[in-house]
Amino acid sequence: MAVKKKKAGIGIHFFANPARFLRFARKIFPWVTIIAIACIAAALVLGLAVVPADYRQGDAYRIIFVHVPSSWMALMIYVIIAVASAAGFIWRHPLADLVAKSSAPIGACFTLISLVTGSLWGQPMWGTWWVWDARITSMLVLFFLYLGYIALHSAYDDPTKGARAAAILALVGVVNIPIIKFSVDWWNTLHQPATISKFDRPSMDASMIAPLLLMVVGFIAFYLVVLIIRLRSEIAARRIRNLRLAQTGN
Amino acid sequence: MSFFEMGGYAAYVWPAFGIGAVVMIALLIFSLQRLKSREAELQRLEAAGGGRRGRGDPSDDNGDDEDAT
Repeated sequence: MAVKKKKAGIGIHFFANPARFLRFARKIFPWVTIIAIACIAAALVLGLAVVPADYRQGDAYRIIFVHVPSSWMALMIYVIIAVASAAGFIWRHPLADLVAKSSAPIGACFTLISLVTGSLWGQPMWGTWWVWDARITSMLVLFFLYLGYIALHSAYDDPTKGARAAAILALVGVVNIPIIKFSVDWWNTLHQPATISKFDRPSMDASMIAPLLLMVVGFIAFYLVVLIIRLRSEIAARRIRNLRLAQTGN
Repeated sequence: MSFFEMGGYAAYVWPAFGIGAVVMIALLIFSLQRLKSREAELQRLEAAGGGRRGRGDPSDDNGDDEDAT
């Protein structure tokens, strides 16, 4: 029992020390920056110029190369926020809440990109900018969850209280994630089903999958770049707060 | 020329990529600016109150439990 607890403690608390985290972040920062730039550039060239047009959707399908990766990021980052919120809630891990807080604006941006590019794809393909179908509506709910999380986090003077309230929202809102994921299977929606699936062969030619996966890798690296910047900024803000408290308190 | 025309879908394809780029670059710039202003403020505060905090290791403060309770 004690051994188990100690083992878990090593894993979870490895980055509990911000100084250690900052050293690690500084080391990987140049690499994730290079990966982000290289993968996104390669995906843009392949997706816009090299890969042939779709036989039914023409060149309009190229929107997939920004729409699908940003949608995946929107879901993935929300799950990261929920897991980090739980970790911050249960173990009071000092960095977990900062990861959740720093991730939220990035997730909100990807959700916005997903909604807008989806709209720009829907107009030529379905003849409408917007429909209240299950996939699109649940994605809009995700966007509002992100905004609510950000607002709630900063709504309290005491950052610990804000973190707790926002963590509860993040954990309650996580039920929306499977709804988004399976909405195209559960309901008869206008939105097309998943292009890439673990169980079926992809409904896309292999040459078209390369730019999609490159963009996903590039977006994940971009997320890490911005996350590190925002985490460093949060750690600086916490030290500023502590210094201020020390100066006025003594 | 047909590359820019996108088979007649230029009005949808280019704005989709353009908005993605604008949102991501704006997020990056905003995050960088905030980091810069906070690090500048932190340096100012540390320079002002450095003598008072001289006892502890400055790189190792704020790690543990100042938020707790």
